[in-house]
Amino acid sequence: MDLAFLVTQALNALQAGMLLFLLSSGLALIFGVLQVINFAHGAFYMLGAYVGLTGLALTGRFWLAVPLAVLVVGAVGALVERAFIRRLYGADPLAQALLTFGLLLVLDEGVKWLWGPQIRSLPTPEALRGTIALLGVSYPAYRLLVVAVGGVAAVTLWLFLERSRLGAILRAGVSDRQMVAALGINLGVLFAFTFGLGAGLAAFGGVMAGPIASAYPGMGVEVLIKAFIVVVIGGLGSLKGAAVGSLLIGVAETFGQALAPDWAMVAVYAVMVAVLLWRPTGMFGAEAAT
Amino acid sequence: MAGMSRRQVLRTGVAAGVSAAAGLAFPALLRAQGKPLKIGLLLPYSKVYAVLGESITNGMRVVFEAEGNRVAGRPVELLREDDEVSPPVGLRKLRKFLTSDQVDFVVGPVSSAVAAAIRDPIHQAKVILLNANAGDNALTRERCSPYIFRTSFSNWQTSYGLGAWAKQHIGGTAYLTGSDYAAGYQIVGAFKEAFVAAGGTVVGESYVKLGSTDYAPIMAKIGAVGPALSFSFFAGSDAVHFVKQFAEFGLKGKVRLTGAGFLVSDDVLESQGDAAVGAVSTLHYTRTLQNPQNLEFRKRYQALTGKPPDVYAVQGYDTARVILEALRRTGGDTTDPERLSGVIRGIQFESPRGRFRFDPATHNAINDMYVMEVRRGDEGLANYVVSVVKELKDPGHCPNITA
Repeated sequence: MDLAFLVTQALNALQAGMLLFLLSSGLALIFGVLQVINFAHGAFYMLGAYVGLTGLALTGRFWLAVPLAVLVVGAVGALVERAFIRRLYGADPLAQALLTFGLLLVLDEGVKWLWGPQIRSLPTPEALRGTIALLGVSYPAYRLLVVAVGGVAAVTLWLFLERSRLGAILRAGVSDRQMVAALGINLGVLFAFTFGLGAGLAAFGGVMAGPIASAYPGMGVEVLIKAFIVVVIGGLGSLKGAAVGSLLIGVAETFGQALAPDWAMVAVYAVMVAVLLWRPTGMFGAEAAT
Repeated sequence: MAGMSRRQVLRTGVAAGVSAAAGLAFPALLRAQGKPLKIGLLLPYSKVYAVLGESITNGMRVVFEAEGNRVAGRPVELLREDDEVSPPVGLRKLRKFLTSDQVDFVVGPVSSAVAAAIRDPIHQAKVILLNANAGDNALTRERCSPYIFRTSFSNWQTSYGLGAWAKQHIGGTAYLTGSDYAAGYQIVGAFKEAFVAAGGTVVGESYVKLGSTDYAPIMAKIGAVGPALSFSFFAGSDAVHFVKQFAEFGLKGKVRLTGAGFLVSDDVLESQGDAAVGAVSTLHYTRTLQNPQNLEFRKRYQALTGKPPDVYAVQGYDTARVILEALRRTGGDTTDPERLSGVIRGIQFESPRGRFRFDPATHNAINDMYVMEVRRGDEGLANYVVSVVKELKDPGHCPNITA
């Protein structure tokens, strides 16, 4: 096991973590503001890949297909919130879970109906098919782009939440919904926007993962489980938690697979158990989270 | 009646009397001739193997529709039940077939886990099961049954033949990878057995959870070791991910990609594109086979479904052919399972995959295994035959069958 091997695996971990962050950040945001456990999030990830596929077929350009997927799925997310999710605010969390899980199944079947049950591949953009020499190893160019894009997305999201007026409203929504409503902010619009933003981020993850992980029905379920682990160890509703948690899970999974394949999945859960023993509300969770 | 002893006369008389008394039995038998032939398809029509279930069903339809959906005077009824790739669901649907539908044959399943769950009830009910895909070696070895026939392959068959060929034509060092479940270990194990016996060395082995999307950690390991070839068992979406990422990490020019045929079979090849070109694999069918049966089958399958056939379609086709031949030989009678089993054991015909016959000792199909290379040739991106391992027979023993 030489240095080049470790560098490659570190890059793998970073790249896996970045993709996971795109998914879990939206999940954390939706839970933070709407307090809904959104099982349908995996379906938005899948939709992102599929809309990207169609966008690619229509425009022939990956760089157009990506924003198209994000916008279309974001709009679908906002519509889903207005049509279904809003009816269950304050209801039994079990009812919400049932609704979003039902949505996941319906969207999964819908994808099969529209795009067929076969696995579909998103071609890697021509310019990024090769490998790039970096830190003494040659690494696939597209995966480096994923790392870069994930980093930029994290910083942008952070700036948006911390520096913009809308971001401030969102943060206020996380800490005290009643107060935000009392200040004259339209909660309905805020919730639809948040849900749409979360769905758009998941779609971003799905379409960026496309050239690596392809598009197929059911693809959302597997990643959803990992995204939930990230959100739990990061702290429910915490964006910072989602970022750190994603990287942690990326490292645990990649090095688990590389060094002790039989223990790869165990490593992921072991990290979760360890974090929860140390901080039961997650790394950045509120002390008295409910 | 001269020359017949009194005892013989008596016996004949009694026999005639019994027949007359049981007169109802004759019309019942006659009615059986026109009785619908019920075939219970226990296949996945949803979830990960939905495409396989559809292909097997369509392959069968090609056979029966050419017969006007009548076999030996009996109208054919295909009853479909979705096993959802789940053993408990498969078991429940099987009970429905056996008790309320009273099917004449059961066809399926795709998954070896479902096959394991339904094996005992089939064996006890003495209903003929034509296993049209599930490859678990044990199903025609220690878990075999006189009433179970496999028209597809054993896992061992899908890789053993490649071992010696790879050592001779590619090189002496191999890195082995597979899905982390029974099929992965059986298929990779059979390759290893043959490769090592031919003088090859295994330099590393990794198994990955079924349904993984990221194979980057393994690519780095293969790259670090630098073997002459990589052998894999992956199927479906796993195969697409593995093959694409193998090329992505720049291994394609350095390490020869090989595997059991599922790695680059027609159902995944289109998604893999150029990444798969040059890959070598073995399987018992590829649509580019040039025998007349296959040319005819391709035409009819295309007309029926609008798609070219895959290996699962041929397994369905051959399964239906077995049923057809069996009923022709028994005159449409499916009431005696022992007789039916004996008849099926002897069935042979020319199939799109080559000569089709069962190993009478295990009830597993004896397959010509094609060593194939992925190329962009006359038929577009496809697997083209480079060599044939003739009549590969699973080496297992079946304690329950006396051939």
